[in-house]
Amino acid sequence: MSSNKSILWEKTKSFLLKNTMIIALVLVYLFFIIQSEGRMFLPQNVNNLIMQNSYVVILAVGMLLCILTGGNIDLSVGATVCLVGAIAGVLMVNLGWNIYVSMLICLAVGVAIGVWQGFWIAYVRVPPFIVTLAGQLLFRGLAQAILGGLTISGFSDSYLAIFNNYVNIPALDSGVMKLSCVIFGILCCAVYIIVTIWTNISKKRKGYAAEKPSSLYPKIVVISGIVMLLMYKLSLYKGIPYILLWLIGIVAIYTYITAKTTFGRHFYALGGNEKATKLSGINTNRIYFSAYVNVSFLAALAALVVSARFTSANPAAGTNYELDAIGSCFIGGASAYGGIGKVSGAVIGAVLMGVLNLGMNIIGVDSNFQKVVKGLVLLAAVIFDVVSKRRAIKSLA
Amino acid sequence: MSDRILEMRHITKEFPGVKALDDVSLEVRRGEIHGIVGENGAGKSTLMNVLSGIYPFGSYSGEIVFDGKPCHFQKIRDSENVGIVIIHQELALVPYLSIAENMFLGNERGSSLNINWNETYAKADDLLKIVGLQESSRTLIKDISVGKQQLVEIAKALSKDVKLLILDEPTASLNESDSMKLLNLLKEFQKKGVTSIIISHKINEIAYVADQITIIRDGAVIETLDATSGKVDESRIIRGMVGRELTSRFPKREPHISEEVVLEVDHWFVQHSLYSDRTVVDDVSFYVKRGEVVGIAGLMGAGRTELAMSIFGRSYGNDIRGTLKIHGKEVNLASEQDAIRHGLAYVTEDRKGNGLILSNPIRVNITLARLDKVSHHHVLDLDLEHEMAVNMKEKLGIKSTTVEQEVGNLSGGNQQKVLLSKWMFAEPDIMILDEPTRGIDVGAKYEIYCIINDLVAAGKSVVMISSEMPEVLGMCDRIYVMSQAKIVGEMDARDATQERIMSRILSVNKGA
Repeated sequence: MSSNKSILWEKTKSFLLKNTMIIALVLVYLFFIIQSEGRMFLPQNVNNLIMQNSYVVILAVGMLLCILTGGNIDLSVGATVCLVGAIAGVLMVNLGWNIYVSMLICLAVGVAIGVWQGFWIAYVRVPPFIVTLAGQLLFRGLAQAILGGLTISGFSDSYLAIFNNYVNIPALDSGVMKLSCVIFGILCCAVYIIVTIWTNISKKRKGYAAEKPSSLYPKIVVISGIVMLLMYKLSLYKGIPYILLWLIGIVAIYTYITAKTTFGRHFYALGGNEKATKLSGINTNRIYFSAYVNVSFLAALAALVVSARFTSANPAAGTNYELDAIGSCFIGGASAYGGIGKVSGAVIGAVLMGVLNLGMNIIGVDSNFQKVVKGLVLLAAVIFDVVSKRRAIKSLA
Repeated sequence: MSDRILEMRHITKEFPGVKALDDVSLEVRRGEIHGIVGENGAGKSTLMNVLSGIYPFGSYSGEIVFDGKPCHFQKIRDSENVGIVIIHQELALVPYLSIAENMFLGNERGSSLNINWNETYAKADDLLKIVGLQESSRTLIKDISVGKQQLVEIAKALSKDVKLLILDEPTASLNESDSMKLLNLLKEFQKKGVTSIIISHKINEIAYVADQITIIRDGAVIETLDATSGKVDESRIIRGMVGRELTSRFPKREPHISEEVVLEVDHWFVQHSLYSDRTVVDDVSFYVKRGEVVGIAGLMGAGRTELAMSIFGRSYGNDIRGTLKIHGKEVNLASEQDAIRHGLAYVTEDRKGNGLILSNPIRVNITLARLDKVSHHHVLDLDLEHEMAVNMKEKLGIKSTTVEQEVGNLSGGNQQKVLLSKWMFAEPDIMILDEPTRGIDVGAKYEIYCIINDLVAAGKSVVMISSEMPEVLGMCDRIYVMSQAKIVGEMDARDATQERIMSRILSVNKGA
């Protein structure tokens, strides 16, 4: 009897430890729903949550790869967002170039910034902290010089539509409820359920440890339920925002890269033990280099998203964005020493930060005090990570 | 005063799911050197952690009596205050501080707001003299060899008024001559009344130095042998440790050597990677035949690791010159990737620092050097990877519940097997093993020797770098002796003896 009980307790404990951040996210969300008397969960606010935090998710995914290489961060992403936004403004508004050509140039500038920083970090081995701190000054300065201290506004509607519009299929979305949104939700769930069950069956057939039905099916039900609930809420507002599709695409691609490719594996190996990775015949310089090219590329993409959302390019854009991105990764369980962290974790971290921001705005917390709360949450998340790891090590020793 | 300085009675220590120590009793007589031997995971370190207060009083049952007084240590400081000092296998010195600063770290001379540096350095120099280390106490730790660092640790212990000195694997990373120096130093201290406990895998050393030998197996004391009346036979100790007679410490193998030369190194020069004016490999030439185990004997710091790493895709050193032929064709291996592609593997001596990713599971470590074998167009086939990892685990007998277990949680012997399986997975033709059995127990050593035999039986060639001479003599077909960056001798294993190897090494030392 007692051993049964203790096994159950052990299982619950390991479940809680594995999913702490998801549980924390749900609890925080519920807290704000109650505090705001339900306003937090109005369709418009669910939509706002996605719109307001899209850039954080994109930057956090890029930052995660840098952190994986050994706890290295990129302090320049906010300045990169500002510079690329300024270039977008000049090209599209001042010069009136084709928006697609301009967007490509903007992304290319992002890659160029990454090549510049990545070269010093990976091949000359200047510490990333210093290179990107210099980059922060450098790129923000360039951006302000380009803008001359002024804000450029007046992006064309066709540009703004790429990021700000909603899916609208006339046959489905003419009513109050946008049916395309619900159908999309159902499709997502169907794909998720089929893939999960299929991999489990194939695992069983090949004789690998498959997940037990007792944990598999509840998980499927909970995740599908959450997806459907969100989609239902969105369908009552304006439907699926395009930016959500962008985010799903980016997160899917990077999840795949980190989990399923040799390239992704190299990042984890490098963060775990650089010397061993190098002696295993892996070009570690190239991994560092690609991490920083990638983060700047995604920062350029975030710049496009941000300039479209604010319909302008201004000299203060992107201020402190790097801190949001870094915070998201660490809240999402990335190790400050590298080698540990998941894309899904970084996304959860970004959403948690977003929920905090939105929730505190809705219930009217003073903006200065909001910073205090966010700082404490970040610290608490990392403390929890460190302490729970220490426990795990102790129980093994 | 009792003649027993330490008594540990009925010590039982449990971790969740395992009894690490089961009713262990240990008696140490005043002024003796007490050896403790046992396989990895037998419980030696746990016992010492209980004694030194790393596991506080109350987390174990049983009692400890030191110097006639019962002890309830809560932390390491408590045990140090009564004169018990433990020196761990992994040295706890700060590389960028001087010898003296390290020696008095946490125990600074003068007051806490005003360190008396003159006294610090003077005292440190005195202590260095006692341990026979000819270095200034102002030298930084990073600039002295591991052997000398070990002596600094001992000097540090002396500065704390030690009554009982515990050394955990003190000679694991020392070469034979430094090991001897250290053991003789212990005998010196014994004359001055210091009692020591020495834990070691090197049975010959224990037999040489210890007055009493306690054998621990599976968390229990098997027996305590008294060596004061005469030398204890090494095979007697081994029998007690493994619970069976290892008829031979080295498995036999049929010779598989063919005439085909697979690796040939000619006039190889390497400069030190930091100080380019220092030559660490000086005009070295050697060859390896297919199916042959070639040993490179020598002392630590002779340049053997540097030689191996410079061959392995120039992973060490500056200004590397010389020709390298693999299967008779001259090759230029510019990177580790090139080396692996040409069928070379280098199994490092430093498995934790350079070999394994401790925070990753066994599976990830095994496939790391050849991810292309478990991927298509850079997309990993995780099922295939899992299957291959399980195969290697079973083939080498890695003891773990699954291949998903983190390597950092395995014992030293199992970690070494993971490292070996990683490079066997890479399917090299030539494997360079650098100290393949360092810090692992007799049973695991034997298994690793068997793996080496299997490799050559499969037509591979092995280069074995080792500082343990019996191992080189027992395992190799042909032996090169390296000393001070040069190859100073080559001999057939059948004609080789420890004395011959040693005399080759020393002949150069005298000349220099």
